[in-house]
Amino acid sequence: MYDAIIIGAGMSGLAAGIRLAHYDQRVCILERHTTIGGLNGFYRLRGRDYDVGLHALTNITPKGTRKGPLARLLRQLRLSWDDLAISPQIGSEIAFPSARLRFNNDLDLLRSEVARAFPGEVDNFERLIAAVVEYDDLTDEHAAISARVRLGELLDEPLLVEMLFCPLMFYGSAREHDMDWGQFSIMFRSIFMEGLGRPYAGVRLILKHLVRKFRALGGELKLRSGVSRLEVENGKVSRVVLDSGEVLEGRRVLSSAGWCETMRMCNDGTPVDASRSPGRLSFCETIATLDRQPKQLGHDRTITFYNDQEEFVWTPPAEPCDLRSGVICSPNNFDYDEPLGDGVMRITALANFDYWRGLDERAYELEKLRWYDAITASAVRFVPDYRQWVVDTDMFTPTTIVRFTGHDNGAVYGAPEKQIDGRTHLDNLFICGTDQGFVGIIGSIVSGISMANMHCLRD
Amino acid sequence: MTKDEIRAEVLDILADIAPDEDLSSLDDSKSFREQMELDSMDFLDIVMELRKRHRVQIPEDDYVNLASMDSTVEYLHPMMKDM
Repeated sequence: MYDAIIIGAGMSGLAAGIRLAHYDQRVCILERHTTIGGLNGFYRLRGRDYDVGLHALTNITPKGTRKGPLARLLRQLRLSWDDLAISPQIGSEIAFPSARLRFNNDLDLLRSEVARAFPGEVDNFERLIAAVVEYDDLTDEHAAISARVRLGELLDEPLLVEMLFCPLMFYGSAREHDMDWGQFSIMFRSIFMEGLGRPYAGVRLILKHLVRKFRALGGELKLRSGVSRLEVENGKVSRVVLDSGEVLEGRRVLSSAGWCETMRMCNDGTPVDASRSPGRLSFCETIATLDRQPKQLGHDRTITFYNDQEEFVWTPPAEPCDLRSGVICSPNNFDYDEPLGDGVMRITALANFDYWRGLDERAYELEKLRWYDAITASAVRFVPDYRQWVVDTDMFTPTTIVRFTGHDNGAVYGAPEKQIDGRTHLDNLFICGTDQGFVGIIGSIVSGISMANMHCLRD
Repeated sequence: MTKDEIRAEVLDILADIAPDEDLSSLDDSKSFREQMELDSMDFLDIVMELRKRHRVQIPEDDYVNLASMDSTVEYLHPMMKDM
């Protein structure tokens, strides 16, 4: 009998596991895949290391900062700032046809860029910052109001509104067309006011730290152990049955598999509420390895968020991939002590899950090649054309995301409607991860921590 | 445990929770919240570490006593003096 069984060895599941194991609970984390990480994975291909998911960590505050999600996370997991070895970004950019805005981890750069590109908006932008600072994650009753409505009240220039939405939606909006004001404020702070950073060794460094810590505390991690069903008796999960037929028992179950996905595991015939859709926003990503550093081609931006029209559209595209907008990330362009070995350019674009899922194996391989080219051609309108220096490539699609995460539709940021308190219809079953609340790496870790604290450590 | 030993133990818990913090300059009469910006999650951790390490049970209504080092030691001393 375990004290807690956790479904999913991604950021949230591992963080929850560390909290519980630290307080001497018997914990088992079950992961269907052959490796840890979920949405934020890493792999080795043809002799090179790749990251999936992570472009950059958000919420990066300098060592010694006591406030904010990163500081809280480090204290809760008993990690030192140096353990994550985060290097700050060099500087990023929002690129639209008629304006560009640069930003880095000092809000003053964005302030001066707004003043340069939108001189009439200087005072309004300060009002926006004040409103974002004022927003309180825990008590604010305006959390669910439309950010578009709120920004419409605060700013006069529609183009500035679109340019601010572009990075914030790309890095964490499960809602189409709009964001909740609460989520907008959290994302604005995490990206523009705190900042972006990356460990030199990438996401694997974070995951390896978490797993090592979990195991050192006596936690058990079972890979290749998908959950086939949760057996329900008297309003509780009584047994967890694995795909292999193995049966486990736990006093509590914490699932990061997603809301709808977890409900379907319960064998009590819980109807999956049709009003709670699992989210539809998914991505394709192209990864190009170069034979030189991006800086040698004149590209020194860490992240470039681009959009080729005045309006930014945030919804699944009718086409296989949305070629109008995307995110270009160069992991080389962080302020490391020494440069990364290979030059890398990654491009992320919105994608249509149904299209990619419907392809047979041969068509899938061909379409990957075709859309790799199309996405890259779209992106090089905004950054130096790097195509002649490419020595290796890889690409993932929404179906890759499903394979690694098990999330319906390959939805990267989960369901638009979150279950903030993590509770379900069963007394001892809770959810954590993207469908509970916060997204991104720091957000997922905080989700695992808070759900473990709230539901599994109070007796 | 003497009051000094209890103080050392609480200090050890704080060092565990916040490894990057310089605790040598901690003012025992001032609140932890003010000096270290600890939040409610951190106070819960102090309570749970005391339970884990010493089996001391602190009811939620008594958390206010953990505001500063002085008040924490005063509060814990009757419970821990015979340990």
